[in-house]
Amino acid sequence: MAQHEQFAEDLALYSLNALQGEDRATLEEHLATCADCRLELEQLRGDGALLAMSIMGPKPPAHARQRLLDAAAKESAASPRAQQARESSSPRRSWWGFLGWAATAAVIVFAASLWKENAALKGTLASASAQAAESSRQLEDLRRIAAPIIAPDAQRITLVAMKTPPQPQGKAFYLRNRSNLVFVANNMPPLPPQKAYELWLIPTQGAPIPAGVFKPDARGSATVVNPPLPAGTEAKAFAITVENEAGATSPTMPIVMMGTGE
Amino acid sequence: MKSGDQSALAELYDRYSSVVYAVALRVLGDTGAAEDILQEVFLQLWRNPGAFDSARGSLGAWLAVITRNRAIDSLRRRKPETDIEDVIVSVAPDLAGAADRSRAAEKVRGVLGSMPTAQRSALEMAYFEGMSHSEIATKTGEPLGTIKTRIRAGLMSLRKAFAVAGGGSG
Repeated sequence: MAQHEQFAEDLALYSLNALQGEDRATLEEHLATCADCRLELEQLRGDGALLAMSIMGPKPPAHARQRLLDAAAKESAASPRAQQARESSSPRRSWWGFLGWAATAAVIVFAASLWKENAALKGTLASASAQAAESSRQLEDLRRIAAPIIAPDAQRITLVAMKTPPQPQGKAFYLRNRSNLVFVANNMPPLPPQKAYELWLIPTQGAPIPAGVFKPDARGSATVVNPPLPAGTEAKAFAITVENEAGATSPTMPIVMMGTGE
Repeated sequence: MKSGDQSALAELYDRYSSVVYAVALRVLGDTGAAEDILQEVFLQLWRNPGAFDSARGSLGAWLAVITRNRAIDSLRRRKPETDIEDVIVSVAPDLAGAADRSRAAEKVRGVLGSMPTAQRSALEMAYFEGMSHSEIATKTGEPLGTIKTRIRAGLMSLRKAFAVAGGGSG
C-alpha cells in the first residue's frame, strides 16, 4: 500500500471510526479519488475484525433466537414487504412444491397403473371389485405416506449415522424474485492448492450460472451471500464443482455436490 | 418457518450469533444491551442482505465489524455513523466455528500480549471503547501523533501475525 504513506496512520484511525475533525475531512476527500487507499482501508478493517472476531464470551441467551425470528416475521407482516416476502418465499415453497408435485405425480402414475390393471381384469367381476378396493386402499396408504412430504408445516430433520466422518452438506436459500441467495456449507473436504469450490445455479432452461466461489475454513464451513445473479432466474437445482481459485464460467466436471431442494 | 427468508436468517443466526453477541457484550458490558445489538445486526442483514458483498470478504468478519460499530454507536449514544452498505471488510477468516475462533483468539491474545502496554491500551480504547485519537491523547496525556502511530502499529502487528500463518482459517 505504501503509495500514500502520509495517510497511513489516519487511515488506520479512520478504519476504527476514531479519526475526527479536519484530518477526517481531508482523508475522506483523498479516499474519494484514491483506490489504493480505499483498498488499504478495507484491509485495515479486516485487521480490526480479527480483534473483534476473536472475542470469546457466553453464548447469546436461548430466547434471543426466537425473539429475532418473531421480529422478522412481525416486520414482514406489518410492512408492504409482506406481500413481496410472501411472493419471494414462493420459490422455496416451489421446491417443496416440487416434492409435492413429485408425490402427486407418483400418486397419479400409480393410480393410472392400478386403473389399467383394473381394466385388464374387467372380465372377472369379483376379482376386479376386490382389486378396486385394494387400489383404493393402496391409494389411501400412498396419500398418508406423501402427507408429511407435502405438508408445508412439516418439520424437516436430517439424520446421519453415528460415529461416521461428518458428511459434506450445503444448504442454499434462494429467493428468485429478489435474486437473493444464501448458501451455507459444512464439513466440506479441504481443497487442493489454488483451487476453490464454485456454486452453480442450474436454471430450468439454459446453461449453469456461476453463483459464487468459496473456500471453506479449517472446519469445512463456508458461506456465500448474494452472489451476482441474473434477475428472476428460476432454479431447477444447485450444484458445486471444484474450480481454479478465480472461478469458472462453466462447470468443470465432476459435480461434487448437487441438490434440487430440501 | 414458512418463509425462505426466515430460514436463511435462522441458519445465519446459528452460525454467527456467538461472534456477534460476544463483540457486542465486550463493547457494552451489558447482556440486555448486547442482545439488542444482536437483534439489530441480524435484522439489518435480513432487511438488506445485499449490503454484504461476499466477493470482498467473509461474512463473519463483516458482521463482527458491523456489530462493533453499532455497539460503539450505542455506547456513545450517537446515531449510526456509517451505513452498513459502506462498510467493506477485506478478506479475513470467517471464524464461524468455535474451534477456529478459539485458536484465533489465542493468537490475538499473543499479539496483544507482545505489544507495549501503551500501544495495546491505545488500540483497545479505540476499538472497544470507540474513543477518538484526540480523546485517547487527552486521557493518556500523550501527543496525538504518538497515539496515531501506536494504533496503526497495533493493527499492523495483527495483520502480520495472521498473514504469516497463511490467513488463519481462510
